[in-house]
Amino acid sequence: MSVLRIKMRRLPILNRFVADRKSSDQRKRFTRSRAGTFFYVLFLIAFGLFSVLPLIYCVCTSFKPIDELLIFPPKFFVSRPTWANYLALPSLLSNMRIPLSRYIFNSLFITLFTTFLYVMISTAAGFVLSKTKMKINGILITGVQMALLFNAFTLAIPRYLIFSYMGIIDTFWVYILPYCASSMGVFLMKQYIDGAVPEALLEAARIDGAGQFRIFNQLVIPMVKPCMMTLTLFGFQAVWATVPDGTIFNESLKTLPTIMANINAGGIARSGSAMAVTVIMMIPPIFIYIITQSNVLESMNSAGIKE
Amino acid sequence: MLKNVNEPNRTHSSFRTNLPNYILLAPFVILFMCFTVIPIVSSVVLSFFNFDMINMPSFIAFDNYKRMLVGDKSFLVILKNTIILAVITGPLGFMFAFVLAWFLNEFRPAVRTVLSFMFYAPSLVGNAFFIWQVAFSNDSYGYANSLLLSIGAISEPVQWLKNAEYVMPIVIMVQLWQGMGVSFLANISGLQNINDEMYEAGAIDGIRNRWQELWYITLPSMKSMLMFSSVMQIAAAFSISAIPKTLAGYPSVNNSVDTVVSYLADVGNVKYELGYASAISVLLFAMMFLTRTFVAKLLNKTGK
Repeated sequence: MSVLRIKMRRLPILNRFVADRKSSDQRKRFTRSRAGTFFYVLFLIAFGLFSVLPLIYCVCTSFKPIDELLIFPPKFFVSRPTWANYLALPSLLSNMRIPLSRYIFNSLFITLFTTFLYVMISTAAGFVLSKTKMKINGILITGVQMALLFNAFTLAIPRYLIFSYMGIIDTFWVYILPYCASSMGVFLMKQYIDGAVPEALLEAARIDGAGQFRIFNQLVIPMVKPCMMTLTLFGFQAVWATVPDGTIFNESLKTLPTIMANINAGGIARSGSAMAVTVIMMIPPIFIYIITQSNVLESMNSAGIKE
Repeated sequence: MLKNVNEPNRTHSSFRTNLPNYILLAPFVILFMCFTVIPIVSSVVLSFFNFDMINMPSFIAFDNYKRMLVGDKSFLVILKNTIILAVITGPLGFMFAFVLAWFLNEFRPAVRTVLSFMFYAPSLVGNAFFIWQVAFSNDSYGYANSLLLSIGAISEPVQWLKNAEYVMPIVIMVQLWQGMGVSFLANISGLQNINDEMYEAGAIDGIRNRWQELWYITLPSMKSMLMFSSVMQIAAAFSISAIPKTLAGYPSVNNSVDTVVSYLADVGNVKYELGYASAISVLLFAMMFLTRTFVAKLLNKTGK
């Protein structure tokens, strides 16, 4: 045991990862056992590899030429990278009569438009629920909290009925409207405004004669930017990956996830192109995450549900 | 102060003073009603009817529920699959989302940022889970097969996704791979915001190791965050359908990984038996709601 402990102490690399004990970030608590820290690092590395290896494999495969795709046993990394799989995408889709650019446009348009609406609608509602004392607020807050439990998948069938009554099946609205009704945005925003926007400030603005719209526009929106960034991430991520099940039939209204599934169904010979579409699909959400992540980690703190 | 002065005015024309508030709230309330409240209420009502969207609904009382629980053999298998998946991936997903965040909390901010990106990446990229289809593909080009073939553990390729025995564990693994989600981010954020003085006070009061600190300080401080994250995990665990549908197809071999949500799409969107689909939805809502109540009770016991 003592031998083990000495060995642990000789692993200076551990110290480079673990926070500096003297920094204000870490507090004087109790001595952390080296074995414990070693176990932490080991576990995190194992889980980290499990998480990212499939994604790295996907990127590698998307650059493999055809002979490397068919090699046995398959190799993880690519030895002679090529853009062929990406360049082959438009011709793979040529028998569908809809060009690839149309799907990309649909995906981007729907996702950006929905995310924008979602963030604005949630912020406005979150502000009212947090800072006014209207009678309906109580019921709405409880309703929103309960509705967190039910996502688009579990509500698919009853929503399908509503879509058909509204006559919006086979239109862009089936992508856009349901997500804007997602309770997560209002919930997070209401909680965030509770903590981040002091009542006294709003009162001062009111004394200066500002109306509710002006307060919302000029005071609240700048103060809740971190939470708006968080909603942008969640909105973008969810809408980008949406596959409309049985509500979109017109090929020209479909989005990238649908053609990803189609290409993927083509078997091993097409696996390079399938991975290429997947890589294209991965880039936007990862980009949004990198932009928003510090805001997300700051604002998610207010997400707790008290029972 | 100002409030009191304004009070009589406000009661006088409370609608007019509140008008801006109503306008700000309206878009959400209308959409929330249309796409969440009315769907839930209408499925409760429709579950007592026979309805196919062409003929008028006819009232059949509890026949849909009887058919679901007694008459429909494949539904019982599917219900069992859903419960198994939920019972395994729900708690495990919840634990991983907390434990990983808790481990990460000990590290420098830069390391934390990189590692949290790595863990969150699978949920970030949405539909990319079909990469696993390549890993477990049925021919010898599949990763699992070629690995086992080359070390001589098997002599011919295993039909991973066509074999009822293997397909369930594979779906569970992929679900956990993608299961970090929102609750993981919420946990990281919550842990960073626990007041340091709590830990210092705890150390003075005789807390000696990580486990005591976890049980007596961290978990009680995180209670409301854990409730949020369990709600997210319940929502995810009961709505598993895209992963088994993509990996094993629908229907899968012997219905071995078909779930209630994938069955719903079949009954509702393909066979148009919407009364029956509504009854299944109601059962699903009830299971989720009961689980949530149970978890809330359980979480109130932490730190005691």
